[in-house]
Amino acid sequence: MSEDLEQFRAETRAWLEANCPQSMRSTFTSEDDIVWGGKNAKFSNPDAKLWLDRMGERGWTAPMWPKQYGGGGLSNAENAVLQSELKRINARPPLYSFGLWMLGPVLLEYANEEQKLEHLPKIVRGEIRWCQGYSEPGAGSDLAGLQTKCEDKGDHWLINGQKVWTSYANYADWCFCLVRTDTSVKHEGISFVLIDMTTPGVETRPIKLISGSSPFCETFFTDVKVPKERMVGRLNGGWEIAKRLLQYERTNISGFGSGARTDVVDIARDNVGLDESGRLEDTDLRARIAEHKMFERAYALSVQRATEEAKAGANVSHMASMFKVAGATLNIERCELMVEAAGSRAFGWSGEGFAPDELAVTRGWLRSKGNSIEGGTTEVNLNVVAKRVLGLRDTQ
Amino acid sequence: MTFTLNEEQNLLKDAARDFCREQAPVTRFRKMRDDKKNGRDPELWAEMAAMGWAGILVPEEFGGAGLGYVGLGVVLEQSGRTLAASPLLSTAMIGASALLLGGTDAQKQEWLPKIAAGECIVAFAVDENAHHAPGKSGLKVAGGKVSGVKKYVADGHIADLFIVAGADGLYLVKADAAGVSKRELITVDSRGAADVTFENAPGEALTGGAELVQKVLDRAAIGLAAEMIGQAQEAFEITSEYLKTRKQFGQVIGGFQALQHRAAKMFTDMELTRSCVMAALDALDRDAKDVSEYASLAKARAADTLHLVTNEFVQMHGGIGMTDVHDAGLYLKRARVAEALYGGAAYHRDRYAKLLGF
Repeated sequence: MSEDLEQFRAETRAWLEANCPQSMRSTFTSEDDIVWGGKNAKFSNPDAKLWLDRMGERGWTAPMWPKQYGGGGLSNAENAVLQSELKRINARPPLYSFGLWMLGPVLLEYANEEQKLEHLPKIVRGEIRWCQGYSEPGAGSDLAGLQTKCEDKGDHWLINGQKVWTSYANYADWCFCLVRTDTSVKHEGISFVLIDMTTPGVETRPIKLISGSSPFCETFFTDVKVPKERMVGRLNGGWEIAKRLLQYERTNISGFGSGARTDVVDIARDNVGLDESGRLEDTDLRARIAEHKMFERAYALSVQRATEEAKAGANVSHMASMFKVAGATLNIERCELMVEAAGSRAFGWSGEGFAPDELAVTRGWLRSKGNSIEGGTTEVNLNVVAKRVLGLRDTQ
Repeated sequence: MTFTLNEEQNLLKDAARDFCREQAPVTRFRKMRDDKKNGRDPELWAEMAAMGWAGILVPEEFGGAGLGYVGLGVVLEQSGRTLAASPLLSTAMIGASALLLGGTDAQKQEWLPKIAAGECIVAFAVDENAHHAPGKSGLKVAGGKVSGVKKYVADGHIADLFIVAGADGLYLVKADAAGVSKRELITVDSRGAADVTFENAPGEALTGGAELVQKVLDRAAIGLAAEMIGQAQEAFEITSEYLKTRKQFGQVIGGFQALQHRAAKMFTDMELTRSCVMAALDALDRDAKDVSEYASLAKARAADTLHLVTNEFVQMHGGIGMTDVHDAGLYLKRARVAEALYGGAAYHRDRYAKLLGF
């Protein structure tokens, strides 16, 4: 067994050596370096396309998905080897994708064979970029109150309504969407459909955030016709899929972390200064940074522990909400500390007076305020932990 | 690194859980307190030694079990759950590891078999003031004689052997040696302690200097953090059960969102801290380079977590939590002592920052 793994490690190392372009062996320098794929994919560097194509071809953008759907077909142990080899050469992730992180896992679980064969390989190769049609103007924390109407018109579904906070809908090729198929019940009247964004009647409008960026859109559906076979799972069975997908999303947002990638300690060293024994001169800030660094380490160790427990067969899915709360809190705290440590260097908005790193701290701080809202607010996730994990309910 | 217990460690954990529930429940601690024993329960220590716990770290050649730090950690956690009053931390963790790391063959031969058999209680004499500051020790050592004053030595009132910390090394001093005088302290956590004065007391140096002092302090902090996560877990579980049964306004109070959110935050805090404690024990068994980082991480987080959970233990129980007949107060009192012992959260955050280079 371990001999096979050593062989796999040697082959993987050799393949990466030959196929990972040198320029892909470094940390991202800006958001523009991130590859999201799709029909209108943008690459800041031709090597990024090469790297995606090679990894996608091998199925290693989704290393553990089955081979028949384009995945790598790797075992847990093999994937661990692959990840450690990627880390060893500091390889960039070839693809960021809601398809990989959110939709794919639930398609594997709930979709029929035709749907899996149609959609999964394109996700793996980064050919189709997906967006998530969940929240509505009247359905945020109370997501199951969604009203986007989906009517059975015999040979097709007819969809009318509005979604909001649809991440990157203006760049997406397809949307996985929650729609109302029965108005007489709440949770049991929701279905999960896949919508081609080029269908007539689909319109997107970007929302400008306090950070100045527009990662989210409003998405409008007006008499949008969707073929019958694009519903995943059973009619009115969408809520179960939605909840499962949220677990993947929560784990993912919590681990993702928006904001600048600079270390808070480096910012503090540069802007606060050190005393003669090498300590940050602001002792109060220093203590809070130390506490934050411990929180960060504790979080990373806990993710590692949950991963190990999951591999050993424990069901850790209920922990997703806990990690979402902790991860969001951690990132928000990190961004606040960076702004505080940077002093007036964090008060730039644009122009030559501030370095790109400094502007990224400011924008990242503002963007991070969304971390405790998107993918389920901190309050909703604390409800989930209290009810599902601790068993605290209104009546016992 | 691993967070998974092996079969041996799992068996140890189960045995420790059963023993602490059946032989050393909180009622036993309460009786010890009510009988004004100030931490003394020699029968309990004898039973623990018979279970093999005094010698968990001690290699088989010296009469121990040689099961390592993770093994001892799971037992410390279980003993923390029921507030079992014993010198397990000071003797099996600190005493045994100090001798293993810094003892000569002769010193090991002399003390380890006695430790493993439960026949020698060890106490770690570190602090000289109201706050933990091992680097500022004023201990004087000359010609094999040790002089200085040590404050609030945990288990110092029942110890047979002291491990005395100076700024530049550790020294073994027998409790009945000439020049050693103790003043027993009656303490808020009912565990007792002693102020100990050494006046030209005969002391044998352990090998390893200032580095050994740090290594043993790391082990003390990690062992105590393991005990503390056990206390926090028990306090949390009792509180959580109470939220599910106590009714006010015609419903169980656990249905109120204000309490649900606080409970969920406590749970999250505990899970994160548990990962730190497990990683720290594992780092000791791996003899990892960054043990000191893990020690400060585990102790600071355990202190903050236990502080929060014991305060909520009282608050969420309302009036009953303020009464002596309820156990909440027992956990609260032990918590504050444990939080400060071998360095509180602020001390370990400062140390962590230093280790990380800021």
